[in-house]
Amino acid sequence: MTAPAAPLGLLAELTHRCPLQCPYCSNPLELERAGNELDTETWLRVFDEAAALGVLQVHFSGGEPTARKDLPALAERVASHGMYSNLITSGVLLDRRMLDTLQTAGLDHIQLSFQDIETESAERIGGLPGAQARKLEAARMIKEAGFPLTLNFVVHRQNLERLPGMIEMGLELGAGRIEIAHVQYYGWGLVNRDALLPSRDQLIAATEVVEAARIRLKGRLVIDYVVPDYYAARPKSCMGGWGRRFINITPVGKALPCHAAESLPGFDFPSVRETALAEIWNHSDAFERYRGTDWMPEPCQSCERREIDWGGCRCQAFALTGDAGRTDPACALSPDHDVMAAAVAARGDLPTEFVYRRIGGAPVGEAWRHES
Amino acid sequence: MSDATVPAFARGVRFRFDEVRKAWVVLAPERLFLPDEPAVEILKLVDGQRSMGAIIDDLAARFAAPRDLIATDVAAMLRDLADKGALTL
Repeated sequence: MTAPAAPLGLLAELTHRCPLQCPYCSNPLELERAGNELDTETWLRVFDEAAALGVLQVHFSGGEPTARKDLPALAERVASHGMYSNLITSGVLLDRRMLDTLQTAGLDHIQLSFQDIETESAERIGGLPGAQARKLEAARMIKEAGFPLTLNFVVHRQNLERLPGMIEMGLELGAGRIEIAHVQYYGWGLVNRDALLPSRDQLIAATEVVEAARIRLKGRLVIDYVVPDYYAARPKSCMGGWGRRFINITPVGKALPCHAAESLPGFDFPSVRETALAEIWNHSDAFERYRGTDWMPEPCQSCERREIDWGGCRCQAFALTGDAGRTDPACALSPDHDVMAAAVAARGDLPTEFVYRRIGGAPVGEAWRHES
Repeated sequence: MSDATVPAFARGVRFRFDEVRKAWVVLAPERLFLPDEPAVEILKLVDGQRSMGAIIDDLAARFAAPRDLIATDVAAMLRDLADKGALTL
């Protein structure tokens, strides 16, 4: 077997610590504690190995990556290899001094998340009072420090109606790019599906807003748009295919083909503490398992789209069918496709209460009761 | 866009040779472009100083092709990357 093509991107989840508690967090339900995190030396070695392997872009993520005091040292090492570096942050811990340090270290770009444009709603979703003002100040400082800025909005049934205002906010804050990402329903998002899943009408309206804005703002603001799977006829090309483009490293050093893969049973994900990144990428069972098309069942195996969507998402297949090796039920050709319609039908007229993302399991959110 | 336009890479965008793939790449926020050979020749001349006219003249001289044809290709390629946020015009 020939060696797989080199990975393009590496997502470095530096920590699961985060001052926010967003109920759609992409981190696993079982969060890692600070004491188990990789040390600086190990991360530096991982970035050296990533560069040698052909990684072109490194995304510093979390949790909240600025909670790591060694972030500038890590950014400097990434830049020294000519890899493109991106900081994915909530912004609430940023100050001007840290930004200047990161600028000197060679960080290329910052992606700043907002939960909504209305303060009360934004802080109810993120679970952190006072966050919105800090985020707006962070945006201003990021521009002042000279970084290119992307705004990220995760959208769902409780904030979608304010989508036009989100795009306006992107322009006002001087972002070159805005990411409008519908919640993806794994982990925390799946736990909170009835609180978050939009209606079909909401989705159609949102898509129209994005398409019109893309035309109106062409050349001024790049708009990336990620749709939810529940109204789709074909699955998304999740991660661009298993083990084809991305490596995700968890705070404790596990290497995953995607950030949600730890939810899959029957895997022994290799750790960068013991195994070289090239060995993990080229030879590990975890990365080989669903790579390419050989593993595919029908209807994927004979499908003309098999090298377009790569069978969709393994984590979604597992979460909704109990078998990670089945066709993603988002596909209308999947024998399990009716689970998507059933989820939509089960969605109540009013959103359920949030289960906030917190270390130590999935407690029911009590800080913000719904008025109903 | 005219011959006087001076294209430049947008802030936060890098154009470099990747030793692992032996290929030129454009790295941008959440974006990666693998330009084809003619595009690479054009992008090598984008330095925030040279005008479109100067870039077209250079390529026309080196590749012995009609200037109009090259001008059309250069304009289309630069416009495309500008719309994707990688270049400023």
